[in-house]
Amino acid sequence: MTMNRQETEQLIQEVLEVYPEATGKQRAKHLMANDPSLEKSNKCIVANKKALPGVMTARGCAYAGAKGVVWGPVKDVLNISHGPVGCGQFSRAGRRNYVTGYSGVNVFNDINFTSDFQEKDVVFGGDKKLAKIISELDTLFPLAKGVTIQSECPIGLIGDDIEAVAKKSAKEIGKVVVPVRCEGFRGVSQSLGHHVANDSLRDWVLHGRDDDPSFESTPYDVAITGDYNIGGDAWSSRILLEEMGLRVIAQWSGDGSIPEMQTTRHAKLNLLHCYRSMNYISRHMEEKYGMPWMEYNFFGPTKIAESLRKIAAFFDSTIQENAERVIAKYQPIMDAIIAKYRPRLEGKRVMLFVGGLRPRHVIGAYEDLGMEVIGAGYEFAHNDDYDRTFKELQDGALIYDDATSFELESFVERLKPDLIGSGIKEKYVFHKMGIPFRQMHSWDYSGPYHGYDGFAIFARDMDMTINNPCWQKLKAPWQRAGAEIIQAAA
Amino acid sequence: MPNVMLRNNAAGQLVFYVTKKDHEETVVALEHAGPGAWGGEMELADGSRFYLEPFDQPPKLPLTVRVKRL
Repeated sequence: MTMNRQETEQLIQEVLEVYPEATGKQRAKHLMANDPSLEKSNKCIVANKKALPGVMTARGCAYAGAKGVVWGPVKDVLNISHGPVGCGQFSRAGRRNYVTGYSGVNVFNDINFTSDFQEKDVVFGGDKKLAKIISELDTLFPLAKGVTIQSECPIGLIGDDIEAVAKKSAKEIGKVVVPVRCEGFRGVSQSLGHHVANDSLRDWVLHGRDDDPSFESTPYDVAITGDYNIGGDAWSSRILLEEMGLRVIAQWSGDGSIPEMQTTRHAKLNLLHCYRSMNYISRHMEEKYGMPWMEYNFFGPTKIAESLRKIAAFFDSTIQENAERVIAKYQPIMDAIIAKYRPRLEGKRVMLFVGGLRPRHVIGAYEDLGMEVIGAGYEFAHNDDYDRTFKELQDGALIYDDATSFELESFVERLKPDLIGSGIKEKYVFHKMGIPFRQMHSWDYSGPYHGYDGFAIFARDMDMTINNPCWQKLKAPWQRAGAEIIQAAA
Repeated sequence: MPNVMLRNNAAGQLVFYVTKKDHEETVVALEHAGPGAWGGEMELADGSRFYLEPFDQPPKLPLTVRVKRL
């Protein structure tokens, strides 16, 4: 059953009824029925606003956006979680940003470095401790290319001058030392953390090799931006670009490194996957180095082919022919996968509630499998994300910004989707409601999902989740209707 | 006086972008667009108007400038 716009609006009104009047009024601005003809979202949906007191939402903090998302995947820096020990430990390695190299030798993103703040550090300040940590780390891990200081809440509250420590320590160890002012209380969600991390890259890292002419660039150099290599996503994207004859000179920031970031300016084109978390630095590179950027989508064969052609159109005819060759090479393989899974998934309805790019980017992949997305929402999107979402989503689909747990559960109860894609905080709630669920932040411990190789895994995962026999076992045998039992016995 | 980035989009239109607000609008009218002067009053697609101190020559875009709200 697909709802039209009116029915969706009706549903929103009914769900909002339980709220006190003021809360309901505020929340109504964050919910809407999709209209694909809309160009601008700022008239019809409010986004990137503080969550209301008394409701439970799924947002993270600025530290999560800066350390967890942007800086965490960089493999050759030592990310010091500056503050109490918990933030660093609980954000360690959870996102499965794959890297190449040897842990503790030239790869450090799976290790938790923290200044482990105690009461006395809060009282007397942690700058001395921080300086000591940085010089100790340099002794212990000489192959690291830099150090970042990811501030946790107390640093901003007590007013430590981490920038001064960074400048002094950078001179002392002769490496990049980046202070990242991503205290968790800043902003309304992790989205500000992305911005802060982008700004720190801009101010402290990007220009590091501007007067080093030794890098030999080719006319086919590109950079992958906003791909965090979750489960190997960037690798399965990269091979397609390389097959096209392009040379990927930098990955931001999955499996990325400081030298790569500093030579990115030689790329002819910046390929931007996650617009939300890296548009800031892409825009800056365009202004500073005249490097154009382009958004692309590597989920599902339709969108991949579309994106490959769009990327190739930027280059000469050799690349364009290569792109067609790559598409022709993979299309039969994709057709076989669709032939295998589509009959099992046809017509299934999906609701998504994820982060930066997925609620719009994965729609194509679901549609390739014959599924429809009936509801989509972002935890921390801004209006420009919704501008990009309307066109992708079907008419009348439900859109929810920063949905509260109550709203999401009520929508699910009413819409009865066949699959929900959201985060770990929602996963077990919906499992208990008896609805198939995929954790779409880090692909439920699977992946990659990007690229042609990723689509094969995506299709398999969706099938094994939705068609898992366990969903029929949720009712006790004596609660099932007689016919059902006879059928099961036969 | 917001800090805005001016750039040309793929379709060749001038785009007005306020980073802090994630506000992106196309510029529908620019007072001085020709050689000799570039800038002046500009009107955005959403109807709001801004003033940019004119440049002598059309600048190289993208460019971050300060503009005045009118």
